[in-house]
Amino acid sequence: MKSAEIAALLNEPACAHNKGEKSGCARPKPGATAGGCSFDGAQIALLPIADVAHIVHGPIACAGSSWDNRGARSSGPALYRIGMTTDLTEQDVIMGRGEKRLFHAIKQAIDDYSPAAVFLYSTCVPALIGDDLKAVAKAASLRWGTPVVAVDCAGFYGTKNLGNRIAGEAMFTQVIGTREPDPVPESAQRPGIRVHDVNLIGEYNIAGEFWHVAPLFDGLGLRILGSLSGDARYREVQTMHRAEASMVVCAKALLNVARRLEEDHGVPFFEGSFYGISDTSQAFRDFARLLGDADLAARTELMIAREETSIRGALAPWAERLKGRRVLLYTGGVKSWSVVSALQDLGMTVVATGTNKSTAEDKQRIREIMGEDARMITDGSPKGLLQAFKDYRADILIAGGRNLYTALKARIPFLDINQEREFGYAGYRGMLELVRQLALTLEAPVWAKVRASAPWSAEKTMGEALSSAAVSPHG
Amino acid sequence: MAEILKRSKALAVNPLKASQPLGAALAFLGLKNSIPMLHGSQGCTAFGKVFFVRHFREPIPLQTTAMDQVSTIMSADENVIEGLKAICEKNKPDVVGLPTTGLSELQGVDIRRLVRQFRERYPQFAATAVVPVNTPDFSGCLESGYALAVEAIIDCLVEQSVTNSAGRRKKQVNVLAPSMLTTGDIEAIKEWIGAFGLRPVVLPDIGDSLDGHLVDAETTPLTLGGTPKGEIARIGESVATLVIGRSLGRAADLLRDRTGVPDYRFDHLLGLDACDAFTQTLAEISGQPVPAQIDRQRAQLQDAMLDSHFMTGFLRVGIAADPDLLVALGQFLAGVGAEIVAAIAPARAEVLSDMPADSVLLGDLEDLERAALAGGAQLIISNSHALQCADRLGLPLLRAGFPQYDWVGGYARTWVGYRGARAALFDVANLFLGNHHDTPVHRSIYWADTPRDQEGRTAPGTGLVSH
Repeated sequence: MKSAEIAALLNEPACAHNKGEKSGCARPKPGATAGGCSFDGAQIALLPIADVAHIVHGPIACAGSSWDNRGARSSGPALYRIGMTTDLTEQDVIMGRGEKRLFHAIKQAIDDYSPAAVFLYSTCVPALIGDDLKAVAKAASLRWGTPVVAVDCAGFYGTKNLGNRIAGEAMFTQVIGTREPDPVPESAQRPGIRVHDVNLIGEYNIAGEFWHVAPLFDGLGLRILGSLSGDARYREVQTMHRAEASMVVCAKALLNVARRLEEDHGVPFFEGSFYGISDTSQAFRDFARLLGDADLAARTELMIAREETSIRGALAPWAERLKGRRVLLYTGGVKSWSVVSALQDLGMTVVATGTNKSTAEDKQRIREIMGEDARMITDGSPKGLLQAFKDYRADILIAGGRNLYTALKARIPFLDINQEREFGYAGYRGMLELVRQLALTLEAPVWAKVRASAPWSAEKTMGEALSSAAVSPHG
Repeated sequence: MAEILKRSKALAVNPLKASQPLGAALAFLGLKNSIPMLHGSQGCTAFGKVFFVRHFREPIPLQTTAMDQVSTIMSADENVIEGLKAICEKNKPDVVGLPTTGLSELQGVDIRRLVRQFRERYPQFAATAVVPVNTPDFSGCLESGYALAVEAIIDCLVEQSVTNSAGRRKKQVNVLAPSMLTTGDIEAIKEWIGAFGLRPVVLPDIGDSLDGHLVDAETTPLTLGGTPKGEIARIGESVATLVIGRSLGRAADLLRDRTGVPDYRFDHLLGLDACDAFTQTLAEISGQPVPAQIDRQRAQLQDAMLDSHFMTGFLRVGIAADPDLLVALGQFLAGVGAEIVAAIAPARAEVLSDMPADSVLLGDLEDLERAALAGGAQLIISNSHALQCADRLGLPLLRAGFPQYDWVGGYARTWVGYRGARAALFDVANLFLGNHHDTPVHRSIYWADTPRDQEGRTAPGTGLVSH
């Protein structure tokens, strides 16, 4: 990929971050860098497309430690969970046999697994030796009649976020718009309900959480034409240009797809979230608004009233237990305010939230929700987080999996809200899982036991106290 | 003697292999106050970190030289020097491990020269040892990367003995510990050695750093334990070196040449024969009789071998693992009557020819699945990734090797020693019993239109077949 193309991808006009410094531009600092590479980001964005053979072209490091490690669920094919890589050897690299191996690898994948399509992910080593993935994809596609899509996402191009955009760009330029949608099945037509086609962008069906929400789409007559990429199928992604509206779910990473769908195909979009009662309701209202269907709007309100009453009833006993508990939230971007509102729905107090990845607009929104004295954390290092936890007298840390052991080693309750998690929190029903997990960790009887020192060490401490000021921080 | 079959496919499907840089990082994680920094793009480190965090359920110190597009094309030499400086300034480690990756190897980095340059430019960080090692991920596997790093650690941290101080510490024995050992294994080996009144120095010692224990400090940017740098320097004064795993052969050669400490080599410590050889050696080195508790453990293992031989005899097993572990498991199980019908290794190694199987295939978990199916396997032994394949085959999976992300405590399981072998036999036997295939029921034609015909629809016995 040319540097001009990378620069173009980093410039996302629809993104509120765009005005300030762009994440992909800051040069990562050797010896002090965390986070994944562009290959990582591209793979994450597309891997949930379930009926595609995802081939990682490179030596083992890229696929070997990353295949089948995300929580995205499929309602059908499990092909996406089969790890595939060309596993380049020294001989391949030295003799320049990478392209040839890739070509045969595509054939092998098609012969053995009959995929709907083959996606090729480039990595650092083939990018550096100059393997031409696009040419291989084209030749293979012609030869075997299965669509082959090249995703040029070498790790050294930049961050995970850039990788997300590269993936989106590949879908927009090579897949979306290559097929017309299927007609709505007769059996699914209901009197008085006009069917609208919609897209979800940036929804990954982690732990199957979207299935909490999907029945409501069916109920309202919203057909999900295509998703990027939770529980998606290749042939559905192909038709996303025909949707009447798109929702960008919870992340700005694939905003470029939504924007270009709007520009080139007139598909309007909005940014929303399915975390929390109010945000879930808002998402459905936004769909009704963009689709401009008064009847849909009315039915949406009925659905919201019904679901909110039902879930508030179910949550009441839990909310009683969680009420007043103090949360330190550390997560990026849209998710911050989205999760804040979910927690406030439960009567919990969010004492501070991380805003590293948030835009000015996000921060304003957080202030609106949390009040003017909302504390925002910028130091996301383990030390910084633990200090904030103490300063604000929090009861629980809610963050991404990366901080799991920051919390546990400091003996504080933790809830994971990132992609590797095992539980789905989306939609009204997802709130029940959320409260269960919150209560599970907050009320765990282990905390007191792991904080207390051994019975015999108490005597020791007493004995030592005379001679030194050393007191255990957990004593 | 097993025939080694080369990889014959263009595409690796469901990879078994983990990369050399990861193996090297693991070795450095077994040193005290240490941190590995991979010379590559930031993804190399991010993936590695997730790999180990999920396996050990521990925070893992791991850094990157963060090669980007410009430094990849122009030169990433400065990244290494800058990265070393940043780590030394911030965390003052005793050791920084510096494995290369496919990307930096392809660029043609001279990693040793860069370490020299760093030394010249920043003499103030002399207290931090820097250990470079070439570990391209387009050759070898986790095991070989680990072995290369152990060799590099010896090369950098053990000085050439001039006065032959070998044996000065009469009670001290070195243990070169391979990547196949779990933290539980290392603890068991230390106890074993301790039982003979000897003091073990284990290199590297992930049993001390990655065993998962709570400490008072809330955040720890470096390893929490492991072999101290000072101990490594005095490794030449030990009375003997116990080398476990054929993969560490070259590292052992180097250590012996440097120090003159005599070594005793073992392919593994799984099963009665291997345990006896190790115990016998310890008795000879220490001049002590074998302690009564070890005799008791041995007798317990023998008893377990009798109890379980009904289940382990003729048991058809498919195993996929790095070479040392593959052969260890193979010899252990073949030693109790099992038949290895599928043996898969991710990369070539000398030890593979000793596998008690007709052949060893250099391949992936798809190969394991096919070979296990063809050989009528009854049990699969591999890492967590093999669960899908075991499920499709309807077979139980015994988890071994890296990574074990869906099994709490797999990292700490003890396989070695008499007690470890006994526990493994129990587990193998129970997995077999739990998946036992009854003879298919015969339904007689004369039962038609009798009540007995109906009961066949929901025969209580069918529920016993567990898939």
